[in-house]
Amino acid sequence: MEAGTPQAVKLEDLHLPGQLTGRKHILSILVENKPGVLARVAGLFSRRGFNIDTLAVGPTDDPSISRITLTLDGAVHPIDQVTKQLHKLINVLKIRDMEPEETVAREMALFKVSSAVENRAEIIQFAEIFRAKIVDVARRTMTIEVTGSADKIEAFERMVRPHGLVEMVRTGEIAISRGSD
Amino acid sequence: MRAADTLMESLKAEGVKHVFGIPGGANLPIYDAVVDADFRHIQARHEQGAGHAAEGYAKASGKVGVAFATSGPGATNLITAIADAMLDSVPTVFITGQVKTELIGTDGFQEADVLGATLPFVKHSFQVTDPRQIPEYVHESFHIAATGRPGPVLLDIPTDLSRADIEYEPRTEPVELPGYKPSTEGNIKQVRIAAKALANARRPILYTGGGVINGNASEELRELAGSDRFPVTSTLMGLGGFPASSDQWLGMLGMHGTWSANQAMDRADLIVAVGARFDDRITGKLSEFAPHAKVIHIDIDPAEISKNVGAHIPIVGDVKQVLPKLTREYRALQTDSSRLDAWWETLRGWQQEHPLYYEPGKDGEIKPQFMIEALHRATRGEAIVTSDVGQHQMWTAQYYGFEKPRHWINSGGLGTMGFGLPAAIGAQVGCPDETVVCVAGDGSLIMNVQELATCVTEQIPVKVFLMNNGYMGMVRQWQELFWDRRYSAVDMTGSPDWVKLAEAFGATGMRCENADELEGTMVQALETEGPVLVDVRVTAEENCYPMIPPGNAARDMVEAPRAVR
Repeated sequence: MEAGTPQAVKLEDLHLPGQLTGRKHILSILVENKPGVLARVAGLFSRRGFNIDTLAVGPTDDPSISRITLTLDGAVHPIDQVTKQLHKLINVLKIRDMEPEETVAREMALFKVSSAVENRAEIIQFAEIFRAKIVDVARRTMTIEVTGSADKIEAFERMVRPHGLVEMVRTGEIAISRGSD
Repeated sequence: MRAADTLMESLKAEGVKHVFGIPGGANLPIYDAVVDADFRHIQARHEQGAGHAAEGYAKASGKVGVAFATSGPGATNLITAIADAMLDSVPTVFITGQVKTELIGTDGFQEADVLGATLPFVKHSFQVTDPRQIPEYVHESFHIAATGRPGPVLLDIPTDLSRADIEYEPRTEPVELPGYKPSTEGNIKQVRIAAKALANARRPILYTGGGVINGNASEELRELAGSDRFPVTSTLMGLGGFPASSDQWLGMLGMHGTWSANQAMDRADLIVAVGARFDDRITGKLSEFAPHAKVIHIDIDPAEISKNVGAHIPIVGDVKQVLPKLTREYRALQTDSSRLDAWWETLRGWQQEHPLYYEPGKDGEIKPQFMIEALHRATRGEAIVTSDVGQHQMWTAQYYGFEKPRHWINSGGLGTMGFGLPAAIGAQVGCPDETVVCVAGDGSLIMNVQELATCVTEQIPVKVFLMNNGYMGMVRQWQELFWDRRYSAVDMTGSPDWVKLAEAFGATGMRCENADELEGTMVQALETEGPVLVDVRVTAEENCYPMIPPGNAARDMVEAPRAVR
């Protein structure tokens, strides 16, 4: 207790912090690049009943360290409990609950869309609006690469779906903090 | 040096004096090295027994327990013990043989993915991929098992790697794991807030758990309790952490805890949880648990804080370091102790009106509760007592009256029947000068009775007191109370003749059917050299009370029915 605070701590003044934040959380987790680490993380989530929305794993600038980026719904899970359980894994080095305002988050998706001659121009136009890339063209389909926030990818999906969405692949979000930090 | 020998050297460097285990194909190189090792190897009769023995050893001695098993079935047989050690935070290292590296993943003979199978049950695990890792992994295993919140660590070694020849240099530098730094000190600001909250509490209670035992903090707990007549209760795992003879002791809490301990939690305005985790057997119906209380939660594992019950004042740290700080800060406040008078009046009222009670036996009938009281007298309350799981476990917890830590060894979290005998073996090996008794149930004992052979061949003089009621008693009690007395698969009357069975193993067998002779028989058993099994015939359909029916709250507690006089 700091100087100047009351001598007594009244019991009725003690309150519990809320457990659920109600928003999406992006956890950026640095783990040792060792066999079985992903199984430990995934196993923890299934065992504790935590539902992962997206999960992306990849190397970092240090070859001995990998990064797991995962998104979770803070309206359903107490994020504090999730991070504390993750911290108990010996191979987990650092966990960052990314602050939405201070974070750049991106996801990539590949869309394979049916493209007959008559709608091809329209699809190309959508791709341009979304600053997406056409990466493959076949007789009946086009494959488009979109990068951006999860919202942007979902918006693009809504645009092309009426034209016939053959297949879609998403990477799950990755994130980095803004600025020098 | 052969890698298996570096394993022995590394174990020696960790101070290992005893290992429990069973050899097999994949750990033959390890067992060849065991011949020349500096520790005593105790050959168990089943890997589960070896695992529980390692747990009993750790719980009684405070040292890390070690068990060896081979690959495949040897390793899978260990899993129950590994899970048990996880749930009760027992510092243990399990070292399994694995099939040759080239066979891993091919479903080779006696191959089991024990690393994968045990992932949910270990604090950490290693699989050796290079024989030079063995010393490093051994030291890391012991460090992880014994520090922070203790727990089991698995080390899996493919057989070709333990045969390999490597350079061995003893490791001298301390273990450094970048992702593992338990915080032990406790935030002093939080401690000060806690002290002030305590000073303001009118109905405080210290709710203590296995963390007090694991953290060797009973002395520190007594200091805190003594700083102002704080009433103390404990979980099953914390018994012995605070002396049962103290007038501040309310008894165990939870499903079969005392009336006063449970009502005290229900009415408390401040609960100080010390190394306890608000398990469902403690809280009952969570939404109605301790409705008036604010919570100070002291635990070395941050993930336990606010997991089940929210903590108003969380303190992450080693109880042994945090409790003295809390005591000091509290004493400095010089609080008027008389504010607790009314609370003690209430508590004393509950204790007088609702003591532990059982209807005494008539005509020499041995009541199970009486059996535990007799055992307390026969051992002068000083034995290390292990138990299996069930009614006998609860009665031992209620009636033995534990005075000292590490004298009550049982399976609390996982509730593993068959734990008691092998755990007693481990406890006796770890504490050779102590009297070690196992209170067994007839449903439980048979599950690991093969370990009587270990007692005999390894000359481990444990005394087993079998509470024989001819039933798997706790299940029978639930079927009686909650399933309309439709008894299903709980009859144990077809058990072997326990006296003959003991004798067949080469142990001493005794039987007692009369309450008047019980204490004498017990003393005789305790004075008999070597392992003894005493078959005590107790009341068949006695129920364990008091009881909070599952899913209910403390105020729904049911007491033993009293005969009308």
